Amino acid sequence: MSKIRFINGFPVACPSLCGDGEQMVEIVVLVKRVPDTNARIVVDDGKVDLSMVKWVMSPYDEFAIEAALKHREATGGKVTALTLGSGDCDKILKDAKAIGVDELVRVWDDSWAEQDSNSLQTVLCEVILELGAQVVYCGKAAADTGAGSTCPGVAERLGWASISNITDIAFENGIKVTCPLEGGSAKVGIPMPAVISCDKGVFKVRKPNVKGIMMAKRAQVEVRSASAPAATVSIISHSLPPQKPKGKKYDSADSAGEVARLLRDEANVI
Amino acid sequence: MSETIVIAEINNGKVADVTAELVSAVVAYGGRPTIIVPCVDSSIADGAGFAGAGRVIACKDSMFASYDAAGWAKALDVVTPAGTIFVAASPRSKDLAARIAARRNLPVVQDVVAIDGSKLTSPVYSGKAMQTVSVSADVVVSVRANIFAAAASAPADVSVIDQSGDVLTAVEEFLARASERLDVAEANIIISGGRGMASPENFSHLERIADILGAAVGASRAAVDTWDEIPHRMQVGQTGKTVNPNLYIAVGISGAIQHLAGMRSSKYIVAINKDADAPIFQYADYGIVATWQETLPILEKSLSAMMS
Repeated sequence: MSKIRFINGFPVACPSLCGDGEQMVEIVVLVKRVPDTNARIVVDDGKVDLSMVKWVMSPYDEFAIEAALKHREATGGKVTALTLGSGDCDKILKDAKAIGVDELVRVWDDSWAEQDSNSLQTVLCEVILELGAQVVYCGKAAADTGAGSTCPGVAERLGWASISNITDIAFENGIKVTCPLEGGSAKVGIPMPAVISCDKGVFKVRKPNVKGIMMAKRAQVEVRSASAPAATVSIISHSLPPQKPKGKKYDSADSAGEVARLLRDEANVI
Repeated sequence: MSETIVIAEINNGKVADVTAELVSAVVAYGGRPTIIVPCVDSSIADGAGFAGAGRVIACKDSMFASYDAAGWAKALDVVTPAGTIFVAASPRSKDLAARIAARRNLPVVQDVVAIDGSKLTSPVYSGKAMQTVSVSADVVVSVRANIFAAAASAPADVSVIDQSGDVLTAVEEFLARASERLDVAEANIIISGGRGMASPENFSHLERIADILGAAVGASRAAVDTWDEIPHRMQVGQTGKTVNPNLYIAVGISGAIQHLAGMRSSKYIVAINKDADAPIFQYADYGIVATWQETLPILEKSLSAMMS
């Protein structure tokens, strides 16, 4: 027997996943501010110069928000968007609010000069526990580093289950995700508490409506601090990728035979 | 310097070739690694001896038949000595690297493509820039394939440790890929099509060449966005998969910045495009300015003759 509730105007069925129907699932979605993926990256004097780039929410984080909102719609609960960064990051939190998250939290301390994955994950875990989260969603990787370390790293520190790069999610008798597995993909059941990272997959990111945009304008960002261990990995320089030597260019289809031969005899790749 | 460890890459129940490259990466770091082999059948660890490496520890448990992040990390943490750990930068091993690093309160540095002592270089902004970091304590490092030369095989001094971990996730249904063809994330050769292919049916021309080469078929974002028949899992580029195969053949792809970001580190790039000014040609080792309709049949015939 499931009863219908309304959360933010959405009808919400409440099956077994939320127990007696009164318990709220605390859902956290991690978001990160990154340079627009179409931005040209400039390196000046051994450092990237990001002063001219447009900043956006990392694209995979949008799929994580979508998964988090689906979770809320299936079971009821509250979605909190969490980011780590200075006040510049409030914009992406408000973007998250405009498409339906409930609360906005930013963790920051002006003394954090440089963070490696160890200090960053330590900070996120402290806040995730303070928020009472039972499930955390994030993008499969941030568009700037591409590392994809946060989902498994945060889960390990919390002692939680994790699954990375999911392409679909369903909420029937618990959380069922689809994710790549050697030789294909698999439907995998994952117990809460858990950290789940999202690929594009079937997720269609919802567009903000007028009400959402108005709510985002008025939304307050709660700023928290946390204790971060010192970094033992530090950035020393940036450079542009090495330029390849100029290749051979042919202007007729007939050269395909010659190219095939060069791939075998010169490049040794086939 | 503290101890160094390589966790062997396992594919289809075997020690994958990239493991030999990891040994060379550790040598560049100044170490002589202990090799850890996660396995169900410890006999595969006999293939994990390499010149320049030390002993081999087979970490054996039935749990290693299928990846579970928490279970693997716990078991491997038990058998792995303290030190700096190297794994391959495959999606699974990057996940494992982050788990083990977190378990030990160490930082993790992913996707390393160059090592100079304690300085590690990785691509950032999807390869639009390179970032070099210095490491002042133990760290977990994932290393991209096809960068370091493979270390030579050597007899392995194997010890076997039975070690399990707590598996938290449950595979309920395995969905095998419809075709035998590799995924772009796994393949050493990729042939990709863009919107220049004119229709999704025309990807069959790419598939025929892929079958000859044992290649995966990829696509540009423009192709994926335009045609429902071309799924996102085929997408190479910043919002798709980042790849660095030995050979990348781009057909009817102009070379948008976000596509280049996902494939520019490929060892060899072939571009086929009718537009001589397409940006992809700046990155191509071999460029052919012609339509794919004219070019692919000739390429297919030549490759077929060479490979048979």
